[in-house]
Amino acid sequence: MASVKTANDIKLIKYETQKRIGSRLGYSNYEGADIHMMICGSTGCTSSGSGKLITKLEELIARDEMGEKVAIVKTGCFGLCAEGPIIMVQPGNVMYTQVTTEDLDEIWEEHVKGGKPVERLISQNETEFFAKQERIALRNCGRINPECIDEYIAYDGYEALGKVLNEMDPDDVIDLIKESGLRGRGGGGFPAGRKWEAGARAESPIKYICCNADEGDPGAFMDRSILEGDPHSVIEAMIIAGYACGACKGFVYIRAEYPIAVDRLRTAIEQAREYGLLGDNIMGKGFSFDIEIRLGAGAFVCGEGSALMISIEGNRGEPRPKPPRATEKGIFGYPTVLNNVETFANVPQIIVRGLDWYNSIGTEKSKGTKVFAISGKINNTGLVEIPMGTNLREIIYDIGGGIPGGKQFKAAQTGGPSGGCIPAELIDTPIDYDSLTSLGSMMGSGGLIVMDETTCMVDIAKFFLEFTVDESCGKCPPCRIGTKRMLEILERITEGKGEMSDLEELEELAETIQKGALCGLGQSAPNPVLSTMKYFKDEYIAHVRDKKCPAGVCVSMLRFIIEAETCKRCGICAKNCPVGAISGSKETPYTIDQEKCIKCGVCMTKCPFKAIMKNA
Amino acid sequence: MCCEEQVLMQQKLDKVIEDHKDMQGALIPVLHEAQSIYGYLPYEVMKRIAEGLQIPVAKVYGVATFYSQFSLEKKGKYRINVCMGTACYVKGSGDILNKFRERLGIEVGECTDDGLFSLESCRCIGACGLAPVITINDEVYGRLTEKDIDAIIDKYEGMEA
Repeated sequence: MASVKTANDIKLIKYETQKRIGSRLGYSNYEGADIHMMICGSTGCTSSGSGKLITKLEELIARDEMGEKVAIVKTGCFGLCAEGPIIMVQPGNVMYTQVTTEDLDEIWEEHVKGGKPVERLISQNETEFFAKQERIALRNCGRINPECIDEYIAYDGYEALGKVLNEMDPDDVIDLIKESGLRGRGGGGFPAGRKWEAGARAESPIKYICCNADEGDPGAFMDRSILEGDPHSVIEAMIIAGYACGACKGFVYIRAEYPIAVDRLRTAIEQAREYGLLGDNIMGKGFSFDIEIRLGAGAFVCGEGSALMISIEGNRGEPRPKPPRATEKGIFGYPTVLNNVETFANVPQIIVRGLDWYNSIGTEKSKGTKVFAISGKINNTGLVEIPMGTNLREIIYDIGGGIPGGKQFKAAQTGGPSGGCIPAELIDTPIDYDSLTSLGSMMGSGGLIVMDETTCMVDIAKFFLEFTVDESCGKCPPCRIGTKRMLEILERITEGKGEMSDLEELEELAETIQKGALCGLGQSAPNPVLSTMKYFKDEYIAHVRDKKCPAGVCVSMLRFIIEAETCKRCGICAKNCPVGAISGSKETPYTIDQEKCIKCGVCMTKCPFKAIMKNA
Repeated sequence: MCCEEQVLMQQKLDKVIEDHKDMQGALIPVLHEAQSIYGYLPYEVMKRIAEGLQIPVAKVYGVATFYSQFSLEKKGKYRINVCMGTACYVKGSGDILNKFRERLGIEVGECTDDGLFSLESCRCIGACGLAPVITINDEVYGRLTEKDIDAIIDKYEGMEA
């Protein structure tokens, strides 16, 4: 096992590894395998069966004795999760999607052995999906084997650490991060450099660096993908932060719901220790740092900084009032610098490639890129990284491939339960921290849920509020009681029992919670309601005044109706109705008794002539 | 459960407590390991942890009930988790959950009488590309519709027959 004693050792490992994986890098002189089969081993593709492909490929390699020529590389996420499992054949960047074991036979014979890519199986969406992306935090996802530290080093890994320890003072590092304009990617967008500076200034014999990997927003999986695809980038950045702030220990607080990410991170930490990149006297520069993993236990509120630290201490994860800030009094009472996974993942590249490069990406006040997890009613569900300032239209139509089934785009939701909706008329707004906040949403951690005309905005607001009510830690009354009351009102409205005064009451409650809740999560809990009320007021009014759900989602307002002209009077619907609400005969047309109907929709699915309609 | 197995589990638990005794903030890691030994956290286990780590039982109980990953109730042999994250929700995970309730005759948080299945809803597991998604123990099932549910349950019931 190699060990790294000086920055030069990193260069040697880099050189050796680049030679070994040279064919993947497009080198003409290389030592290792000719063909690298890059198979995504992240949560998405594993769930859609990439494990079977790896087993099959191993069999094929053994059968044809191709072990020296073909290498299997289990990578992190390519981003195009909807089309998994994904195999990329290198050299040549040929991406195959939704690969079955039968397809693999064909790829093996035609492409691997015959040298001719199988056109039929090549992804059609790939070019447009990647064209507008700029991958910094995700740069290695899909390019390297995340369980191999050498491959990370081959792609400039630990070069930033070498540079920092050899050429920079802690203050230089802080200045660089400040000038880079890097802002916290976990939600609020606080400048990372200023946080590091506060940590460095704090006087204490013990200080901590903490990585927030408690990615709890529903529909967000950026941090998971980074940890699964490139865990060393986070480790390297944490060591650098430790050096800059004078901390000797780091914690990663990660969700227990992410078993693959936890495993990869554990492996990466062990490898870094074996290389001497974690531990005492790193690269012989007298600086020591180590990292410990702490598992979350399924509490959304622990994504909030103070609750996270209190949870690490072994308590119920309830936030505490601020000040003192974490940089004064954090984990176990010691100053703690807390950043999220994506923020850290940007740091090594900023140091290696420099300020000019980083400052050229993004908008004036939001530098760099942002990773979004796009999901919901969109063709290319997956993970994308775009320069700040890209507009929503480009994300949804160019990168995301538009809405399935030719449906109309209605709104996009960002920021999870703390964020809000951006309506279709604002689709050309450039996305950065400040523009989203001014729209009443927020960047949040980067979940972006696309909704089409069949989504009811009142129902969505209710969904997020249910989430908040469920996850409220219960410490402060505005959040514990206020969100519950708001939810009750929304339940009334979606059941068709709302009154116009309910709308005012919702706004009043929202304002009180925003002002009175203890932590950021409580204060932002009303956002989904407020932003949908702001942009989709008519939909609320339709529910309250007309007792109608325009999107046809809220069940108690639905009516099922049999169209007399289309009805062939076969009686199948009446036979299947569980409550006997349908009557009719060969002579008289079938009708539904709305009083008896429980709106289960069975009749509609059973009707062979599509004569039954759902009427909003 | 036979006593031998009980004794073995208790030995494992005692080892876990011993290993974490000097760790700051040991309670949550210990609860994780205890749950992986017993499958859930019965009162006796919480009491033993409290004694071992020298903290009040009330605190152990308080922490165990705060976090949704910890269960004080026994789970089924096959733990069904329906993802209710936003992406899955807009793609109909609510219908899927209802189908499970209907088919198994249990509510969320309950276990079937034969101890085979327990039903939970969970927060986003991050497999949004496959929405709607469920997990049964460690197996992930994605791109589901209501119609797939019977076949999935049949498969597990078949394994028991």
